[in-house]
This record gives sequence, C-alpha cells and structure tokens, in this order.
Amino acid sequence: MRSGFLKSGEPLIWLTGGALAACLIMIAGLVVVVAYNALGAFWPRDLVTYTTTAGTKSMGQMWSAEPDRGRVQLKVGNRDVYGADFKWIDTTPTTQVTVTPDAVAFERREWGDYYGFVEGVYEGERRLAPGGNVGWAEVRASIAEAHEVFGKIRGLETGGLESLDREIQDLKLTQKTAPGPEVDQQLADAWRRYEALTVTVDELRERLERVVFAVVTVDGKRSRIKAGDVVSAHRPNGLGTVEKMAIYLGRVWAFVVDEPRESNTEGGVFPAIFGTVMMVFLMSLAAVPFGILAALYLREYVKQGPLVRAIRIAVNNLAGVPSIVFGMFGLGFFVYGVGGTIDQLFYPDRLPAPTYGTGGILWASLTLALLTVPVMIVSAEEALASVTREVREGSLALGATKFQTILRVVLPGALPGILTGIILVISRGAGEVAPLMITGVVKLAPSLPLDTSFPFFHLERKFMHLGFHIYDVGFQSPNVEAARPMVFTTTLLLMAIVLLLNIAAIVFRSRVRKRLTGSAV
Amino acid sequence: MVAEPLETSSLGQRGERAEFEEDRIIVEANDLNLFYGETQALFDINIDISEHKVTAFIGPSGCGKSTLLRCMNRLNDLIESVRIDGQVRVEGDDIYAPGYDIISLRRQVGMVFQKSNPFPKSIYENVVYGHRIAGENDRNVLDEVVERSLRSAALWDEVKDRLDASALGLSGGQQQRLCIARAIAVEPSVILMDEPCSALDPIATGRVEETLEELKNDFTIVIVTHNLQQASRISDYTAFFYLGKLIEYNATEAMFTTPQLQQTEDYVTGRFG
Repeated sequence: MRSGFLKSGEPLIWLTGGALAACLIMIAGLVVVVAYNALGAFWPRDLVTYTTTAGTKSMGQMWSAEPDRGRVQLKVGNRDVYGADFKWIDTTPTTQVTVTPDAVAFERREWGDYYGFVEGVYEGERRLAPGGNVGWAEVRASIAEAHEVFGKIRGLETGGLESLDREIQDLKLTQKTAPGPEVDQQLADAWRRYEALTVTVDELRERLERVVFAVVTVDGKRSRIKAGDVVSAHRPNGLGTVEKMAIYLGRVWAFVVDEPRESNTEGGVFPAIFGTVMMVFLMSLAAVPFGILAALYLREYVKQGPLVRAIRIAVNNLAGVPSIVFGMFGLGFFVYGVGGTIDQLFYPDRLPAPTYGTGGILWASLTLALLTVPVMIVSAEEALASVTREVREGSLALGATKFQTILRVVLPGALPGILTGIILVISRGAGEVAPLMITGVVKLAPSLPLDTSFPFFHLERKFMHLGFHIYDVGFQSPNVEAARPMVFTTTLLLMAIVLLLNIAAIVFRSRVRKRLTGSAV
Repeated sequence: MVAEPLETSSLGQRGERAEFEEDRIIVEANDLNLFYGETQALFDINIDISEHKVTAFIGPSGCGKSTLLRCMNRLNDLIESVRIDGQVRVEGDDIYAPGYDIISLRRQVGMVFQKSNPFPKSIYENVVYGHRIAGENDRNVLDEVVERSLRSAALWDEVKDRLDASALGLSGGQQQRLCIARAIAVEPSVILMDEPCSALDPIATGRVEETLEELKNDFTIVIVTHNLQQASRISDYTAFFYLGKLIEYNATEAMFTTPQLQQTEDYVTGRFG
C-alpha cells in the first residue's frame, strides 16, 4: 500500500507544489511587508495629545505602542525645539489622551515636521490675522503665495542662473585658450546678467521671509515659522476621510515628482527615479545589441569546437561573478582608463578637474552592461537555437545567402526569445547597486543627466539611483528612525519601476509573438 | 533477401530506357558517390530526370533517396562532413564545378521539405520571400506573384482574405501548400520534394497531390516518397533505391506491374522494406 503511494507519484506532486507555494509565500510576504509600511507613510495621521498625571503634555503622531511595557512612542516633530523627533511616553491609567481639532501639522523644508498651534500671522510686526479657526484661511493663503514665489526662484535658478554659470565657465576657458577683447567683453556681459539675476532672486527670497507664523507647542514653547519654509500645512484632527485621502494622494504625487530634502530623508525621489530609468536604458542600449551580435557569431558562424565550448563556459561563469568585481573593473577601466584618456585628449583645459575621468552615468551604465551581457548572450543563443534547421534550409533553398537567412528568417524567429533575454537584462540591471556605488552614483546629484542645456545628454554627470537611495536613507542618514518610511516607500517604488519595465517588455513580446504566430500565446 | 545490386544495377543505366528517349533531360547524375565522413551513402548513381515529368524516388528508409535529392540543389553543402565525387548536371552545367553560382542554382531548383517550414512571417511575405531576397520590392509585381503562386498551389481561395495573417496560423496541409507556393513563386524549372505529404492526413495529402498534377505542366518534379500508392498515382517514372544504390529505374506503370528485378517486385508488393 505504502509503496503504491510512492509509485503513484503523489509525493512528488506535493513536493513540487509545496516548493512553488513556499516561493509564492516568500514573494508575497516581501511585497506585503514593504507595501504595508510604504503605503501608510503618507497618511495624514491624527495629532494625539498625551497628558500625564504630572501635567506634562506631548502631542504627535502615534508611531508605535508597547502595551506590555506600558509605553507609546510619539512622533512629536519640532526637532528645532525638542532636539529629537520621537518621544517615549509611559502610560498610566491616569494618562489623558485627547485630540484637539485646531492642532496644526506643518511640513517644513528644514527641521522636519512641526506640530503645534498657530497664535497669529505676522508681516514684520504687523499682525495680519489671529490664530485658531479665524486665522486658518490666512495661513493657507500665505503658504500658497510663498509657494508661488518659491516656484519663481526655482525657475530662475535652474533656467537662468545655472546656464549662465555654465556660459561663464566656458567663456573663462576660452579666455585661457584663445584670449581676445571680444571674449572679455562677452564675459563681462555674462557676469552683469548673472549679477542682475542674483539681485532678482535675492529680492524674491526676501519676500519669502516676510510673512511668519507665531506658533506654540502643546507644552507652551513659542517660536516662529516663516511661510516660505512651509511645504504644506493641515489640521489632520478636523479632516474627514475624503480630505485625508486628497492629502495622501498629493503627498504620493509629490514623492514621485519632487526633489529630496533634509539629506534625502524627506521630499521626493524624482532624480533617483530618473537616474535609475535612464541608466537602465543606457545599459540596455549597450548590452542588448552587443549580446545579440556575440550570440549570432557563437551560434551561426563560428565552427563549433573545444574553443567555442570554453568560451561558452567562460560566458556562463561571467554571469556569476560578484557584481562588485565588475564595479572595480568599471572604475579601473572605464573611469580611470577610458575616461582619463578622454580628458587628456579632449578636455585638457579643465584638468586637473576631471570631466569624464570620474564616475558618471555613462560609466555606470557600461559597467552594468558588462555585467548583464552574459545573460543576454546566453538567452540570445538559446533563442537562435530554437529556430529550426528546416526553416533555415527553406530559406537557403530559395536562393538566400546565409546573411539573408539570418537577417530575414532566423532573427525574426528568435525575436521572442531575445526579448525574454532583454527582460532578464533589465531586471538584473535595475536591481544592481554595488557596482554603481563606485562608478557614478551619488547621494545627491546637483542636476539631472538630461536637461535643456546643450548637448542635452550629459553622460559624464553623476546621478542618483533608487537602489542606492534606499541604502543611503536607511543606513547612512543622521535620522534613521524618521527616514524609515522613506526606505519602504523607495523600495516599493523601485519594485514598481522594475515591474513596469518588465511589463512593458512582456507586452511587447506578446505582441511580437502574436504577429509571428497569429495567436497570443 | 538482399539481392546483389551491383550485378543488376545495369538496369539503372540510361541507355536501356527506350521510352525515355523522347524526353528532354534536365537533371542528370553521373557516377555520383557521396560520403558522410567515412560512411558512404550513395554508390555510383547514374540517373536522368526528364523535363515536365514527375519522377518518384522510392525505397526503404536510409537508402539515400533524400540524400540524392539534396545533391541536386547542393543543400548537402551545409553538412560539414559531406564529401561528393562524380557529377550532377542541371541543364547541362556541372553544379559542383568550382565557381558555380549556388544562389542561381537554388532559384532554378526549388525544394519542398518533409516538414512544412513556413517562415515566421505573413502569408504574403512567405510567398514573395524569394523575390524579396533578390531585391524585388515593386508591390504590383509582388501582388501578381502572390496570386499566381497561391492559385497554382490551390491555396488562393482559402487565404486570399488574410494574406497579412501569420503563416504559422495555417493548418498543416495549408502550410505545406504555402511552402509549395513559395517554391514555385521564383519560377524554378525543377522542384524537389522530400516526402512532402508524410506529415499530412489523407485529405490534405489528396489536395497536395492534386496540386502536383497541375504543376506537372510547368515544372519538373522529383518527389521522394514512402507511400507506394502515392508514387504510382502521381509519378511518370519511378526509381527504386536500396542501401545507397539505384536498383531499378523505369516508367511507373512498368515498375509497379512488371518490375524487372525480384528485389523491386518484393518491395513494391510490400513483401519487404
């Protein structure tokens, strides 16, 4: 009976099914943990006030609770006042918990959140509005106005000042290499425009400082917040679910499109998203054609023998080399070797300041391309091998040359398999961090590698990357506890982007298959 | 049961076939020997193929009939270990002579394979493939080629409304007729068919055979088949091969009714093979 059960193959079915289930549970668990922590981070939570028996008051968002030890952790914000964002409060039966409707949560550009109450709105010494419900409209209006001014300043800085700065740098170089009165004239002119713009910006900055809010914490500490320093302000305790939802979505959007603040622990991650996606594209641009060409030669042209077998084994092994090794190679070969030579040949005027001889998005992408090209070769070879001999002979029998056969029959037939290879390359490349850390990724990049100033693609620039961002925010930031939500949200975003890139490739592949076979398999 | 082919192979010599004399010879093999590495697969083959006739190659598996067929458009060249001596002439030219243009040979001698092998392209692009690779891109010319070839292959009515659909979506029989259409699109003079119906059901086979009947007027057809009924139905001449040698070659009717050799008779009556 027992041996009959074994022979029936039933145990194997359970074993295989169990293995698959375990994989799915692990993946689902990972996604759920990340998503739970990430998606909750932007919810405008209520500001709760704890009043102990001794009368000390603390107000903040509920962060965590340890009921068995009788204490709760509040995020009290106000780092400039208290020195720390978090506070443990011992709860006793006499501890009072209250929720006051006019408590305000300010999100600031510096010093993190401020939780307290508005006592008045001032312009200089003139009182514009009182605090409480009466002055709330005025608070909102001043913040909106400050945002407008802030936007103008950003526009002038990125649009005008940065390009003027570059123009001046270039003119200085020209002055060094080809001096002349005309260059001097242009340089002086550029400086004049630069200074005029600076004055405008300074005037705008002063406007940001004009309106201030007089605020007080729950335990009576008074201070002032400039309207220009506020990112957003709301009174969470008085809000309904719909209004909270609106704030939530607004914050999610801001997270995706904004730049980081406060050493990356707050604000958005747009530069990191941009850097990640652009790097993946550059990497694919290098790895995919190169891998396909190598696979074509290995599979179609070269005479199979021990040497080719050795090459195949080497390629497979290359795919298993630790990625940091590729990083070291990239640093030595691309950055110092190729980049240094480019600097000596084409940018000798700027030396010793390196142009290409330092980490940058181009070198990082090429390093990753090197890392992923074995994956591409292996899968492209398999795809080419899947095109049957009959089809090749059919083409040759019609008078096609070998080249025509490869171009018109073999490659189209192998396309779905090649696209699978591209999907693998993208997944591998987008998830890799270690080699990037030494070939061009930085904590905070001053500008994107793609912008409106000539020549638009700045491949020598350093860039930000979501994977590195996670490491940096989670383990290198001064305020790890406050940065925790940021770690989870960034992780979720990175997973979403990899998923998105893969889905795009999969949709494309199924379209190709549909066109080739007439059915969507 | 194995006879001595060497003694009797004289029947395969061309001089003795009186009824062939009025035919024009388009392909001929002279003392053809073929080796796969050390193994000899064809022994001293001498055969003439008549123009505008259907010639069937029959014989048990591994007797060399497909190998001989693939010598006629030099498709054996793709196999590295193959060595050939002797001559194969197409329209009088030695196709194994140095410097012979393989591309034009293959356009002149088309081929249909055992397994249908449509390209992963649309029906239209499959048919015009031979023209495309020759650099013909005039839509009017190609349209005309597609209609003519598909009509000759008796496929036009079934696919005329979906020429842009993938060829891989067709049924097995349709795919094989598409491959025939693709082969005749470049207007070869000879079409080699390597067991074109072996993967098809009887109905699809019947349709392909009808197609062959039509094609006989314009093309010379050499067909390898395991199906003796098929050989007797469609061919004008039949050649019987055994162990790499041409045993008997004659008009089909004579082969199946009054074979000259005991060995042939045994094979065609199903007693051996």
